[in-house]
Amino acid sequence: MSDITKQSLTELVENIKNKKISSTDVTKGFIERSEKSGELNAYITDDFSSALDKAKKFDQKPNFNLKLPGIPMAVKDLFCTKNVKTTAGSKILNNFVPTYESTVTKNIWNEGAILLGKLNCDEFAMGSSNETSFFGNVQNPIDKNLVPGGSSGGSASAVAGQLTPITIGTDTGGSIRQPASFTGTVGLKPTYGSCSRYGIVAFASSLDQAGPMAQNVKDCALLQEVISSYDPKDSTSIDFKRNEYSKELSNNIKGKKIGIPKEYRVDGMPKEIDDFWQKGIQYVKDCGAETIDISLPHTSYALPTYYIVAPAEASSNLARYDGVKYGFRARGENLIDMYEKTRSEGFGAEVQRRIMIGTYVLSSGYYDAYYLKAQKVRKLIKNDFDEAYKKVDAILTPSTPSSAFKIGEKTNDPVSMYLNDIFTVPVNLAGLPAISIPAGHDSKGYPLGLQIIGKAFDEQNILNIAFAMEEKISFKNQINDWWIK
Amino acid sequence: MDKVSKKNSEYLINRKDNQYEVVIGLEVHAQVLSESKLFSTSATKFGAEPNTQVSLVDAAFPGMLPVINEFCVKQAIKTGIGLNAKINKRSVFDRKNYFYADLPQGYQISQFKDPIVGEGKVILDMPDGQKEIGIERLHLEQDAGKSIHDLDPQNTFVDLNRSGVALMEIVSKPDLRSPDEVSAYIKKLRSIMRYLGTCDGNMQEGSLRADVNVSVRTKGSKEFGTRCEIKNVNSIKFMQMAIEYEANRQVDLIEEGKSIDQETRLFDTKKNETRSMRSKEDAHDYRYFPDPDLLPLEVSDEFVNELKNNIPELPDDKKKRFIDEFKLSPYEANILVSDIDTAKYFEEVVAKMGKNKDMKLAVNWITGELFAVLNNKNLEISQSPVSAKNLAILVNLIKNGTISGKIAKTIFELMLDGDKDPQKIVEEKGLKQQSDPKAIEILIDKIINDNREKAIEYKQGKEKLFGFFVGQAMKASGGKANPQLINEILKKKL
Repeated sequence: MSDITKQSLTELVENIKNKKISSTDVTKGFIERSEKSGELNAYITDDFSSALDKAKKFDQKPNFNLKLPGIPMAVKDLFCTKNVKTTAGSKILNNFVPTYESTVTKNIWNEGAILLGKLNCDEFAMGSSNETSFFGNVQNPIDKNLVPGGSSGGSASAVAGQLTPITIGTDTGGSIRQPASFTGTVGLKPTYGSCSRYGIVAFASSLDQAGPMAQNVKDCALLQEVISSYDPKDSTSIDFKRNEYSKELSNNIKGKKIGIPKEYRVDGMPKEIDDFWQKGIQYVKDCGAETIDISLPHTSYALPTYYIVAPAEASSNLARYDGVKYGFRARGENLIDMYEKTRSEGFGAEVQRRIMIGTYVLSSGYYDAYYLKAQKVRKLIKNDFDEAYKKVDAILTPSTPSSAFKIGEKTNDPVSMYLNDIFTVPVNLAGLPAISIPAGHDSKGYPLGLQIIGKAFDEQNILNIAFAMEEKISFKNQINDWWIK
Repeated sequence: MDKVSKKNSEYLINRKDNQYEVVIGLEVHAQVLSESKLFSTSATKFGAEPNTQVSLVDAAFPGMLPVINEFCVKQAIKTGIGLNAKINKRSVFDRKNYFYADLPQGYQISQFKDPIVGEGKVILDMPDGQKEIGIERLHLEQDAGKSIHDLDPQNTFVDLNRSGVALMEIVSKPDLRSPDEVSAYIKKLRSIMRYLGTCDGNMQEGSLRADVNVSVRTKGSKEFGTRCEIKNVNSIKFMQMAIEYEANRQVDLIEEGKSIDQETRLFDTKKNETRSMRSKEDAHDYRYFPDPDLLPLEVSDEFVNELKNNIPELPDDKKKRFIDEFKLSPYEANILVSDIDTAKYFEEVVAKMGKNKDMKLAVNWITGELFAVLNNKNLEISQSPVSAKNLAILVNLIKNGTISGKIAKTIFELMLDGDKDPQKIVEEKGLKQQSDPKAIEILIDKIINDNREKAIEYKQGKEKLFGFFVGQAMKASGGKANPQLINEILKKKL
């Protein structure tokens, strides 16, 4: 049983259905490994004892028709979980226990999965390295003192480190794909409106989207079909026909047209990344697809646009954390004083920076110059993709401009940190689906990811391309369990 | 102060050399009549225990999202139709950001640039004729909760029952010129919304309140003066008092050569004065932006038409019909249509009176006796102790001569106790009018005989004595004799 945690989700489901292993065995296995993995700091809150109870209950009365029968799973601490503390990585929600369940996690439990615990993340999902969490930074299983990426850093670390067979993250500007890329795992950011935002602590409402993070493409497809649902409780949820992505997964992508956007060859991009991208192009061709050079002319405006739109929405979304109703409250002389102290002490520096940026760009006299203009540029960025998709079925880019960096390397340089999102943010601005798959290693031996961007609602297509490429690439994550003594 | 002339209902403030006109615009906040809130399913009942009608959405818990209540949208559109206004097929919800303890989200969801209803108008019936008041817009927004400061010396309590309740903000153009017009305007809005069933108009419960914008200018001037906004006034009387005070305050400043600061003011109902709340410089920067949790609200032509086709008869149309169909005077029609329940009552009386009806008599009884009773007992017409059906019977009894008007008043008194059938009262008490000319002749003969001298005096020209004989005859008949017959017979006999 020692190799339970090495099994993929698909294997675990198979083995449980065939009664080769029990949910209790699996749950125990992941709990034991999680308990030995404290140094990764992937968990904020564990729910191990209750997970074991649920596993035993499942085994007593198993339902093998479910898609995730008795599968234990830890989730990003941005999803509200009923009766289990939900912090969003922030001091201001340090004591917050929801009385309700997010739609996405509810969908997961309804398919038989079991909550292992809540995973670390950047505070309110604002960060690219998981260093802004009130609960400390997360270690990347790839190497000591390496960031796992962010904001879903705890999720990426937990999947790569096999503390959970699979997980969910949220992606506002790359928060699933960038950490997936940094940890040699697969991460899918679905089309905006595919997964309900109900019960997910909001960062930037028009960009936030939940998605699966997995060891391989098939697992990722299976979890996507579980979490994606039309939800009337989220007014931006979209009622479209959802596939059974894992069942319809196919590695036949012959004749698919894959766009290669020239604007993603950004200034100062290391040659190593460019070479890696070229290799990716070759993989696609090897799979029988055709590559076509395309142009997404407004790409260079995506990052500044994102860093106006996202903070603007965040500044308003985070106004509710005021010490009045729930969460952390500092004592104050009067209401204003209480607000100031609560929010100064309750929010970390990065969150405060973004609230200030957001407040500034929305303020009267600046609204037109920043927020309104950003919305116009956002439209142009979306139009770029619409144009491109007249010619191609999907787009291939690197996921990030570099591999994972060292903890502390960029904490004092927010702009260089923000630049990490350069390939991922255009996708959020356009509301499109995109997947990051591990496709190689850099000279340091750190994983690198390729990003496949699809048309809206065309998750099946990018999953298929990723599935086909995965076979060709046969990537192996090099993890030596350095953190386990 | 207080030198106000009201010639031809023109409201002017007079000073030594100048006459000033007052310019008023209202932002009325009308609570949408709806069982549930604008973006959540919580109840909206008035007077519930604090914090018993609060959902996770209303209290702005993490990850909670607003979902538009379609019924409230319909209510707003119906109101727009009632205000003869343009219905915008696409409108946008924006966030108005500010911090306050009773604003759980840290923003109010409102409509800023693209409201659901655009320009419209309402007609006021003023003593010297009709006046049209322009409507600038109507938009939907959330109400805030309530901060309670006086329960504890140290703490403020917050009641979120109102948090998220749907409001319609109806913004008028600056077309109002006097406190009386403001009163008529509010009453007309309330009347229209009550007809539509979109707002109960209950000002005591805060269902209808207004921000009042006041400025003054010398008579004949075309430019607007600097305006002050008096926040959240919750009765017509207070609105009128606040306007009167504020207009005079502004005139005094101008007369002293000072300038008026554009500011937000509060009306102190105890001291009857307005006080500065915050200046333009201190005005909040609300950082409005479209709410990313909500898609733009789009309504189809069919949706609007369906509502249009089901709009009930509104006060202006009803008034016109009452005048045309029932031959009422505009004044009478106005009284009857201004309140929907009065109109309903009247129409029920009309229906129950049947074919041979006396419309004038019915109107007089409703606006006379019935209104007096309701006033005395402080009742709404919907709580009337006399049903429309029984009032119709009573009016018919007068009309067909069964009882006299005078007896009718006695019977009406008896009807108040348990809405008794007047027909039965007449029978039980034997109050049927004596309309047999022969019987009345016998009666009158006896009176003339008993009062020979007075009869002679009358014949000699003392005509006032006619009343004496009428009175005697009525008395002798126990008030039951038909007064018309008494008159006729007396004239013959004397």
